[in-house]
Amino acid sequence: MSKQFKFEIDGIEIEARHGQSIMQAADDAGVYIPRLCDVEGLEPQGSCRVCVVKQNGRVVSACTQPAIEGSKVENETEEILGYRRDLVRMLYHEGNHLCPICEASGRCELQAMGYRLGITQATKYPYLQPVRPVDASHPDIVLDTNRCILCGRCIRASRDIDKKHVFEYVGRGIHKRVGVNGNKLADTNVELKDRAIDLATCPVGCIIQKGRGFFAPIGERQFDKKPITLGVGPGKGRGKP
Amino acid sequence: MKNSVISACRRYADDRTRLMDILLDIQRELKGIEPAAMDRIAGRLGITRVEVEGMVSFYTFFSNRIKGDIVIRLCSDIIDRHAGGGEIAKCFSEALGIAVGETTADGRFSLEYIPFLGMSDQAPSAMIDETIVTCLTAEKVRLICSRLQAGVAPRELAAHTGDGNNGHPLIRSEVVNNIRCAGDVLLCPVPDNAGLMRALQRRPREILEELEESGLTGRGGAGFPTSRKWRVAADTGAERRCIICNADEGEPGTFKDRVLLTERAGLMIEGMTIAAYTVGSDTGIIYLRAEYAYLRSYLESLLRARREQGLLGKDAGGKRGFNFDIRIQMGAGAYICGEESALISSCEGLRGEPKNRPPFPVESGYLGYPTVVDNVETFCCVARIMDRGGAWFGGFGTGKSTGTKLFSVSGDCTRPGVYELPFGISVRELLDLVDAPEAAAVQVGGPSGEMINESQFGRRLCLEDLATGGSVMVFSRRRNILEIVDYFLGFFVEESCGYCTPCRVGNVFLKKRIEKIRKGLCELEDLDYLRELGKTIAMTSRCGLGHTSPNPVLSTIRNFPLVYAALLKERGDGLQASFDIQSALEESRRLAKRRSMIYDPNYDEG
Ligand SMILES: Cc1cc2nc3c(=O)[nH]c(=O)nc-3n(C[C@H](O)[C@H](O)[C@H](O)COP(=O)(O)O)c2cc1C
Ligand code: SF4
Ligand code: SF4
Ligand code: SF4
Ligand code: FES
Repeated sequence: MSKQFKFEIDGIEIEARHGQSIMQAADDAGVYIPRLCDVEGLEPQGSCRVCVVKQNGRVVSACTQPAIEGSKVENETEEILGYRRDLVRMLYHEGNHLCPICEASGRCELQAMGYRLGITQATKYPYLQPVRPVDASHPDIVLDTNRCILCGRCIRASRDIDKKHVFEYVGRGIHKRVGVNGNKLADTNVELKDRAIDLATCPVGCIIQKGRGFFAPIGERQFDKKPITLGVGPGKGRGKP
Repeated sequence: MKNSVISACRRYADDRTRLMDILLDIQRELKGIEPAAMDRIAGRLGITRVEVEGMVSFYTFFSNRIKGDIVIRLCSDIIDRHAGGGEIAKCFSEALGIAVGETTADGRFSLEYIPFLGMSDQAPSAMIDETIVTCLTAEKVRLICSRLQAGVAPRELAAHTGDGNNGHPLIRSEVVNNIRCAGDVLLCPVPDNAGLMRALQRRPREILEELEESGLTGRGGAGFPTSRKWRVAADTGAERRCIICNADEGEPGTFKDRVLLTERAGLMIEGMTIAAYTVGSDTGIIYLRAEYAYLRSYLESLLRARREQGLLGKDAGGKRGFNFDIRIQMGAGAYICGEESALISSCEGLRGEPKNRPPFPVESGYLGYPTVVDNVETFCCVARIMDRGGAWFGGFGTGKSTGTKLFSVSGDCTRPGVYELPFGISVRELLDLVDAPEAAAVQVGGPSGEMINESQFGRRLCLEDLATGGSVMVFSRRRNILEIVDYFLGFFVEESCGYCTPCRVGNVFLKKRIEKIRKGLCELEDLDYLRELGKTIAMTSRCGLGHTSPNPVLSTIRNFPLVYAALLKERGDGLQASFDIQSALEESRRLAKRRSMIYDPNYDEG
């Protein structure tokens, strides 16, 4: 499809089609904007806020904001990086993240984002330490929402692709969490082959496939070799032809 | 259970978009919506149970456990607390034999807190089922409880009814209006339907021009020019459009819409009808907050009467081809549903979460139709402008904020209540009117607004200076500023919808740090922490709630620096203030059964 207009990200000229989000246009142009809740193939949600950029001076989420002709977008400025660090730290502190013992370690997008943004130390925020029961009722799947970053990728995948709507947000505010359609996962019609359960869907280590734990040795894991960026990591590079 | 669920679903034709109403009916009938009921609802509507659970767990007035036959909800707003709300809670607890949050063993009563009832001018207050009780004292609470226990129905509790329409047979509430100052636009005597009749004789384009000339801006807080909003809705091609009146009034300290809904509801409906005629809409919704359920029957009777008079329905107001009707959508306890796109979600039977913008509601709102959402007061102003003209209206107020504004004043003053005054009045002038000689701090615009100090009382209430939806809370020198800040943050933590990271998590961190400061456990650097965190929340949040939730902290750091300075100390012992050596030692003291030689100054006495 033909390009229709141009705008700038950090001084680089980007071509975009009408109706594209900043994120889609950037992806097409090979410019990476960090993200956690947005993933190829699902409707953008705009909830993690890690993709915030400044469009003509206004802070917006790149995954939901349409690109504007002639606009100037700031992506990698100190101010924006500062916000992103704070947001990623908030997510670390909201859940229980003990990377060394986590199944997702090395392929986890939150962890990779932390590294990318240079968060390697304990941070200034308090830990909220949720204590939620782990749901291992299902023969093939374990759900541990203590690490959940509420990105909603499992919800959208199950609702829009699997057409099952097994997952949904319940609660409000800091008590918001991901619920399942029943008292436990085994009551639902979720299956291992569902998109919601695909390793590329949950960016962290909440949805675990039984019998597949720790499948990649350290050094061979997704982000061991390359930091998270466009085309690296599950579902990266959305909007690519 | 089964029958209640089935008949509730049938009542709304198994329409998934009416899930709010279905759940409200079931909650009222069964006193709770348990998982088995959720299953059944889901089955009828063709959705999954977890979707229903998502709704039930979002709104405070729904519950997944069975509550008492009568639910008593105490207003926990800061003004109510200052007025003795804590004592009142204790009295209810004692009289019913349960703690707040519990249900009596016989299942008759539940006692709980709600964040804000809308009665700050007659605090402390509570809601008993749908009945409001105000100006509570220990004695009054005991009497209420003994009467309820003797079987008196909540709506029979009022010994006498309030002024004006509060005494209407369909309201019969002890709530009083407290109109302290009736201005020239809304609270003065107004003729019925004069504005509507004039509007219907004109072309929509002329109405928009008149509105533009009036300079009317939205009264809900954001202050957006009303004519511009309507114009977009009118110009967006669509087969249907929707007009929504925002009667969610959830900002603590605001209660002027309560008074308008009681005394000027006709004017408000007129304004909505004018809006519908102007933008070409057939569907109207009044989104009424759950706390104002006591006004519902009355409002419904007005709508019925207007249908009978031909002012609503087919060929409304005698205008051929203008078909417009209005329904009331009850809320279920969620401050965020006052945000226009969250309000629309709620009307659609969804969790009250704001929607992504664009598209804006005026382009694609309720069920995808272009939707105008305006505040109660805005619609009332519209009807008056149509009657008296834009130039007349523009003659009141300031350049950017025309007309009069209703202010809800509460707190430490002799005359709390509603004041209709021209925009541009100074805080000091208002304080004189409400008789608040001891005012030391004024919170303008509710928790999301700004707290100002005495030297700033010359500032003016208008868009050019201190913008406000009308909430003005007065605090005397006796009040603890940081307690107020802490309470406001607690309100935002409680009311954040949780959709986006900064607002969901960041506000909890702000609150935790303020709690620590209040305990004297912080250092000067903690102010930087608060400023930075507050900035990230304000800049990166997804909607107005998060954009403004750090304001209580940021505005008090600016305007009351000494309050913080008094609590933030250099420690001098080289330890981090936030590390409390005494509590860290407590465990070892207990185990060793002796005191610390180094850290207990009175070691020898031990
Ligand atoms: C968190 C939040 C709560 C709000 N609550 C209300 C409310 O209770 N009543 C209201 O009229 N507007 C409220 N608003 C503003 C509405 O989003 C919207 O701007 C307003 O209804 C538009 O009407 P107006 O132009 O007539 O003011 C709220 C906004 C936010 C962000
Ligand atoms: S989910 Fe990611 S960040 Fe959390 S513990 Fe696992 S690897 Fe670490
Ligand atoms: S479980 Fe995983 S995919 Fe689902 S919301 Fe939580 S972090 Fe996102
Ligand atoms: S800012 Fe707060 S209320 Fe608004 S969408 Fe985000 S979490 Fe919800
Ligand atoms: S990726 Fe845009 S908000 Fe999460």
